[in-house]
Amino acid sequence: MPRDPGELRAIVVATLQTIAPEIDAGALRADRPLRQQVDLDSMDWLNFLIGLSRTLGVAIPETDYRRLVSIDELVRYLREKTG
Amino acid sequence: MFEFKLPSLGADMDEGKLLQWLVKPGDRVHKGQVLAIVDTAKAAVDVEIWQAGVVRELLVAPETTIPVGTVLATLDELGETAAAVPSVGAMPPAGRLRISPAARRRAEALGIDPATVPGSGEGGAITLADVERAAGRPQSVTPPPAPVPRPPVAASPDRNAEMRRAIAAAMSRSKREIPHYYLFETIPLARAQAWLTAANAGRPISERLLLAALQLKAVALALAKYPELNGFFVDGRYQPSTAVHLGVAISLRQGGLIAPALRDADSKPLAQLMRELADLVGRARAGSLRSSELNEATVTVTNLGEQGVEAVAGVIYPPQVALVGFGAVAERPWVEDGTLGVAPTVVASLAADHRVSDGHRGALFLAELRARLQHPDEL
Repeated sequence: MPRDPGELRAIVVATLQTIAPEIDAGALRADRPLRQQVDLDSMDWLNFLIGLSRTLGVAIPETDYRRLVSIDELVRYLREKTG
Repeated sequence: MFEFKLPSLGADMDEGKLLQWLVKPGDRVHKGQVLAIVDTAKAAVDVEIWQAGVVRELLVAPETTIPVGTVLATLDELGETAAAVPSVGAMPPAGRLRISPAARRRAEALGIDPATVPGSGEGGAITLADVERAAGRPQSVTPPPAPVPRPPVAASPDRNAEMRRAIAAAMSRSKREIPHYYLFETIPLARAQAWLTAANAGRPISERLLLAALQLKAVALALAKYPELNGFFVDGRYQPSTAVHLGVAISLRQGGLIAPALRDADSKPLAQLMRELADLVGRARAGSLRSSELNEATVTVTNLGEQGVEAVAGVIYPPQVALVGFGAVAERPWVEDGTLGVAPTVVASLAADHRVSDGHRGALFLAELRARLQHPDEL
């Protein structure tokens, strides 16, 4: 059964906060590119995806990275993957 | 008997506050063991000892601020008191709480007794996340769907000001004493990127490589041929290093930066280099590094491309004599075999010390770096 989008969103934000504890989650725009809003280098981004992959038990191939730009897109992608 | 002194913690840290002893008189210690944790402007540093022995006396009490070089403890060489002291080998001292420095600091700030926090780290060690969990949600241990808002780790204005002062002192010294020269070279990356894509396709996400690992390895290998760029300038004399320990410039989330050493980067396979890089970045950001990592780097590499800049003209971190920089990877017009095309490229730069090397050798080094990155399968 696919995960609830609200729950997935919370997991995305919680995982992001383990990488970038200083962010104000309330100020994030879910429809805008995440890396334009949060200072994440390629190591941070990789660790963020590793965190999501572990928490949700999904594989995230590198070829899918280009789909993962905004929080909305991440949630949509993870919903497909956990479905 | 011999002395255990607070070692150098890099050019920009000349003192530290002893946070905690991890040993007590009578404990037997091995080479490389962490004996104490010392707080500095940039990180809580695990201070290692470089000779085995038996602790005789601890001379500095926790919460004392001491300059680099201070004798922290006296030890007896093995054999000196062997009859009197039971050997505990490499075991941690009894009663020691396994907790990361960042977690300890956070627990202190939150007024939590670390001894009451269940540890989820290696060997039951208490991590920052454990402390946060204990603070926010007393009993739960499930993954956190509703995170507790929290301030950034160790971001007090005092600490930031202290770090700024430390960086200013080291960089002023560098600009005062080191006659820098700067060189730039555009390096095509089509081959490196294609190799990386193919290599990562077969790897689980936790084992994937970043371009940064290839860049670091290529720098380390190229340096082996140019010893005048890899070493220390001390007391008016240059001492080249046979080992290549790359200082990796890591920006800290609360501001400032630190460049701990990735040891023997020239001889490690890429996968291992990548693991160690991830570990180093994680620990630097969490504010937990080892003393050897802060004073052993023989050259520094900085990668400002992540922020999108084209190229970097770096400031050398004394007593090192060179700094290698990378700008952003960008698609640029590129001529190869007389044909104009578009290719991913990066501008690599070298800032080097004119007391030790000349631009000609520096240019050869950059050419070597460029050549190395055209053969990613040999890195």
